[in-house]
Amino acid sequence: MSLTDQLLAQNTVKLDSKIPAGPMADKWNSYKDNMKLVNPNNKRKFKVIVVGTGLAGASAAATLAELGYQVDAFTFHDSARRAHSIAAQGGINGAKNYKGDGDSIHRLFYDTVKGGDFRAREANVHRLAENSVDIIDQMVAQGVPFAREYGGLLDNRSFGGAQVSRTFYARGQTGQQLLLGAYQQFSRQVGLGGIRLFNRTELIDVVVIDGHASGIVVRDLVTGELQSHAAHAVVLATGGYGNAFFLSTNAMSCNVTAAWRAHRKGALFANPCYTQIHPTCIPQSDDSQSKLTLMSESLRNDGRVWVPTNPNETRPAHEVPENERDYYLERLYPSFGNLAPRDISSRAAKRAVDKGLGVGAKKNGVYLDFADAINRLGRDVVEERYGNLFEMYERIAGENPYEQPMRIYPASHYTMGGLWVDYELMTNIPGLYAAGEANFSDHGANRLGASALMQGLSDGYFVLPYTIGNYLAPMLNKSIPGTDHPEFKAAEEAARLRFNGYLSAGGTKSPDYFHRELGKIIWDYCGMERTEEGLTKALSDLPALYEEFKTDLRVTGSGENMNQTLEKAGRVDDFFQLGILMCKDALDRQESCGGHFRAEYQTEEGEALRDDENYCHVSAWQWGGDAMKPNLNVEKLEFEEVHLATRSYK
Amino acid sequence: MAQVVTSQRGPVTGTATRSKKRRPFLIDLYSTAVGKKYVMGATGIMMMGFVLFHMIGNLKMYLGAVHLNEYAHFLENLLVPVAPEGVVLWILRGGLITALALHLHAAYSLTVLNRKARPVKYQSPRDYQIANFASRTMRLSGLVILAFIIWHLLDLTFGVVNSHVGTMTGVGAHAGDQVKDVYGNVVSSFQRTPVALFYVLANVLLGLHLFHGAWSIFQSFGWNNPRFNKWRRGFATGFAAIVVIGNVSFPIAVMAGIVG
Amino acid sequence: MSHNLKNITLKIWRQDGPQAKGNFETHIVDEITDEASFLEMLDILNDKLIHDGKEAVVFDHDCREGICGTCSLMIDGQAHGPQRGTATCQLHMRQFQDNAVITIEPWRAAAFPLIKDLMVDRSAFDRVIESGGYITADTGGAPDANLIPIPKPIADAAMDSAECIGCGACVAACPNGAANLFTGAKIAHLSRLPQGQAERFSRVESMVETMDDHFGSCTNHGECEAACPKEISIDVIALMHKDYRKAKFVNRKDLARK
Repeated sequence: MSLTDQLLAQNTVKLDSKIPAGPMADKWNSYKDNMKLVNPNNKRKFKVIVVGTGLAGASAAATLAELGYQVDAFTFHDSARRAHSIAAQGGINGAKNYKGDGDSIHRLFYDTVKGGDFRAREANVHRLAENSVDIIDQMVAQGVPFAREYGGLLDNRSFGGAQVSRTFYARGQTGQQLLLGAYQQFSRQVGLGGIRLFNRTELIDVVVIDGHASGIVVRDLVTGELQSHAAHAVVLATGGYGNAFFLSTNAMSCNVTAAWRAHRKGALFANPCYTQIHPTCIPQSDDSQSKLTLMSESLRNDGRVWVPTNPNETRPAHEVPENERDYYLERLYPSFGNLAPRDISSRAAKRAVDKGLGVGAKKNGVYLDFADAINRLGRDVVEERYGNLFEMYERIAGENPYEQPMRIYPASHYTMGGLWVDYELMTNIPGLYAAGEANFSDHGANRLGASALMQGLSDGYFVLPYTIGNYLAPMLNKSIPGTDHPEFKAAEEAARLRFNGYLSAGGTKSPDYFHRELGKIIWDYCGMERTEEGLTKALSDLPALYEEFKTDLRVTGSGENMNQTLEKAGRVDDFFQLGILMCKDALDRQESCGGHFRAEYQTEEGEALRDDENYCHVSAWQWGGDAMKPNLNVEKLEFEEVHLATRSYK
Repeated sequence: MAQVVTSQRGPVTGTATRSKKRRPFLIDLYSTAVGKKYVMGATGIMMMGFVLFHMIGNLKMYLGAVHLNEYAHFLENLLVPVAPEGVVLWILRGGLITALALHLHAAYSLTVLNRKARPVKYQSPRDYQIANFASRTMRLSGLVILAFIIWHLLDLTFGVVNSHVGTMTGVGAHAGDQVKDVYGNVVSSFQRTPVALFYVLANVLLGLHLFHGAWSIFQSFGWNNPRFNKWRRGFATGFAAIVVIGNVSFPIAVMAGIVG
Repeated sequence: MSHNLKNITLKIWRQDGPQAKGNFETHIVDEITDEASFLEMLDILNDKLIHDGKEAVVFDHDCREGICGTCSLMIDGQAHGPQRGTATCQLHMRQFQDNAVITIEPWRAAAFPLIKDLMVDRSAFDRVIESGGYITADTGGAPDANLIPIPKPIADAAMDSAECIGCGACVAACPNGAANLFTGAKIAHLSRLPQGQAERFSRVESMVETMDDHFGSCTNHGECEAACPKEISIDVIALMHKDYRKAKFVNRKDLARK
């Protein structure tokens, strides 16, 4: 009996993925044909709370409001346009086959499952690939200025992990343009009264009454006031938890609080150890650095990655002769070369730097060289393609990438793990949904480039508006608990105590200090490469640091007006608990797959070694009342369409 | 308090909804700041036409008293006998007065709007990057020009502050007719040094006003085309320079004795 | 790469709330590297303030990649500081001299009421977008993306103005507190595209009128363009002015006839 089956027998929570029957290509249509509907005139009787206004949240809120539901949308930003989806650079995949290079829905589906190292749920991925086509149509209709060819048709580029050109882009700002498109649809509904927008309002708790998600408790960041909101359904589109690493490409205020608070109320947290390290970020230059900046992966289309073969190389890059350079990606993975998937490229860079071949003052990067591209295409073409990225690099690093190669190094970027959801994107708490990066479902153990935007929009525009209706239909004309229900009052009281606790901790160190230390531990032991020894150490260091956090935290100011230190304290608290779970999960998963690389489980060539016999499952953790005592539940992954195979990008 | 947008939950289809007051379209246009700028531009063009032709007409003083006085006589007799003497001139003047009034009203209401838009000023010095002296002194230059227009009318049109105005002369083609001695008016006015200096100052400010205003018209009207954009600043500079050089030459010529 | 360490004197605006009286506070931050960003320098200051038991300076910031538009700050009299085409978060300390005295103020405009210290409320921008800054295209009914070819120059021009990050620097820098660059950028983005034609005139009318409820008027100084981190050209303002004028004159029933 495999480990998966043993664990399955021990599940404490029934995990029904609700995958529709039928052939893979028909599942989503068959779901739509059979789902329950809410009459257009009855939709306004339902209230849906959407937390987060990024791609998934804004698109879900806008579409639900278009359908006629009452939507209350919450964001801790000052405006719905600020969410970190905006920072995605490279593009969005769409199986349009506009290039006639043999792309299809099936191929995108296949690439995504394979890219995810066979740890994603097939049916969800197939639906994602189907929706990718509609997303492009929808966004163009909304006025997203995707790049065009001279004839006026849409342009595509290729991206890591794919052998076709299916990535639509808008300069290096695709995420911005897509988010603004969704934001505009969202704003239209705000203007029309379909959505009530609560800005600078942060989710503090999720309220579950009689097993159903009944609402949320939020904190008005400007006044510090706690408020309750009740609704028929709650959508969490609150992004990923990559900021657990402190230094990541996430925005400063990205946090796990919403998902974590839901987790503490009973929602299972799936695969927290699946975190993606992006291969092309600007290396850390300084100890006070607050974040890392990503350079779009699209740069790898024309840039060549190399390190000097001599660890003591001191010459500037252009003086290093060809035979003293190691173009290691081209050497190791000839068919994909510089476009090898993210996890593979990242680890290759880490190995090079660990061998002492790193470049830059801190010897913490590898070269991404455009000299060949400039010779081949001319500087103008390179500028046309990457001009804004080059400028950005120069502003940050103070070096001109037209003249000397960029220095890059991997950094935490995206988290594939998240709240466990079924095919309807509903968590195991009825009425509580998770969309976008906040859920775990579509990317398995590794996400392919240009797929995050696709997933956020697919969830928001084309999945939730259907599946929420299916949940709400039977609730018509039934009353729901109001905010005067004792559960709401209890959640408010708990939140008040929690925040007062931070203010009165009376210690000496700022939340940022703890975040930085926490991040170091997680990065060192639960980053690009994990070992049993390291994770065990992390699991003793983290609780110790967490104890110190509780006693030695200092939050100045008051809880009655804007206090960013206090906000941060609450977020760091949740990161501690999550960080412990990440390490637990990473320790528990005794295989290597995608973004989860356990040094003990690798091939002779240093590639990830999966254990499909024992780990072809989703690890969904249940809150056990203490961060150190989570309960493991598993969902077995069945592969009908794509056969389990060793991923090879050689 | 974080701002919560609550509007009446209403129909969820629709577009660019904003309940509109019904009113004549020109007044509707004028009701917004963008519309007022459009009116400022249009009235500006009218007054630019005036200052240019006023300056060109006055160049006749270099041809001698006869030419200038005849020109003045010609203006008063436009379209005579279809229209009685002076009527067309007054219609033109009426147009200019209306333009000026609209220009002033728009400027005043935009200034009020702009003051309200920043009730608390920056507490540290601003470091302007592009805004130039001309653009930042439009209100000041405009007010000085307004004062000058009033003085100028009192001086050379109505003669309130110039006793020579009203003097008739018989020179010229109409040997028998008596025409107004405009030439003499100019000379007697500019022989007073303070008047001449005020005239020069006002015209330099007019040049500044035109330097920014003539360029602004293109923006306010939306006349923007990569093919001619680079000429817009040149046009404004050239126009302002021509008007200023022409106008300022008159008092200098009088004081230097070239005209007199 | 240089590793100069700089000492910086900061004059920072502190104000407890919208009604409270504000003033400049002087702080010294030592040993800042060239590689540090401007906001990292403020992080260091805040860490020091917390260490000293004082309240941290409140300022808006998020992505620190120059794209989300959350950061603001009037630095030495310039919105987003001295480097052209750069948001505050992308400004690095190598732009400043050792022993520099840097004055930091919040953005000031009636439409951007102050929340605390350096943080202001820019919701008025959302009101402008809500009034028409979109193309009405309900989810589900979109035609194929390649159905309407859009010539590259048009797509590029639309993209140029779509790059606006909504940071508010244009309003902050404008001597009149006008938002014409922000509003013009959205109008130029949508009204240049074939998809935006149906609502072209209702959009510009509605957005311009909403803009008037909050902001001052454009007097063509051009400060907004100089402050814009995305270097959006004031050409978009001209386009908005033109479309607004047309909106008042053209017969919209005949729009499809030309």
